[in-house]
Amino acid sequence: MTVTAAYANEAQLIDALRRRDETAFATLVDQYHVSLIRLAQIYVADRAAAEEVVQETWLGVLKGIDRFEGHSSLKTWLFRILINIAKTRGVRESRSVSFSELWDADAEVEPFEPAVEPDRFLPPDHPKWPGGWANAPRSWGDHPEQRLLTRETLAQIQAAIEALPPVQRQVIKLRDVEGWSAEEICNTLLISETNQRVLLHRARSKVRRALEHYLDANST
Amino acid sequence: MNNNISCQELVELVTDYLEGALPPTVRARFETHLSECDGCTRYLEQMRLTMAAVGRLTEESLEPAARAELLQLFRTWNAGGR
Repeated sequence: MTVTAAYANEAQLIDALRRRDETAFATLVDQYHVSLIRLAQIYVADRAAAEEVVQETWLGVLKGIDRFEGHSSLKTWLFRILINIAKTRGVRESRSVSFSELWDADAEVEPFEPAVEPDRFLPPDHPKWPGGWANAPRSWGDHPEQRLLTRETLAQIQAAIEALPPVQRQVIKLRDVEGWSAEEICNTLLISETNQRVLLHRARSKVRRALEHYLDANST
Repeated sequence: MNNNISCQELVELVTDYLEGALPPTVRARFETHLSECDGCTRYLEQMRLTMAAVGRLTEESLEPAARAELLQLFRTWNAGGR
């Protein structure tokens, strides 16, 4: 369901919220609550803390809706409220790592990290195929879709995502789990298009690599 | 000057390719390489499979109790004025 399914457009939904229309609030909750919980879990220690952060977010929405000026979409505004609350909370919880260290997109873009281990390619001075595959990816079988969707494999994917640096984790979750557009991510996380792509590339490459290791170890 | 993309270079361009962010000339070279290289074709397919599998991690729905609690939050807030 989308916001526009129940309301002709976002402006009408915002008007309805300002009139204290419960159906409008329920529409927003139905559409975003589960995503908000998942996102909050990137920043805070556990599920219970994430639920508190999201509840605080909804209160922030109610308190702030009269002042919402529509410079961004309602969705962007909503998730920015969440991220601000969750980051503040995450900082209070974290003991050793400083805030800027954890949430620095630039630091995750530099230095270069290869998508595939360099030793899987032939050397640059190879007479015939410089930079060609020395050890190409092996097949994931005749029905890779089914193979990837077993509970065990999905658990591997989940673990690989949890192991990513925070901003990469955030970008791949928003993009590939929540299905956001690149533009929505840039607007909400305040990162450039280029950085969004680099972070997404690193995240997806690492998850593919983790899958490859898992599937290669569990075949034959 | 060598205009061809190596396999090692191609794997770094996959996301830009999928995002439609490659300049047309690079895109053409990327696709020419793919048409001639089984290893890179498989690599691209594995990236697509990975993205699709990541998209399946979202098997959660809103609990009725959580929803009811939020609507109660709304009513309390509404009753209390602003």
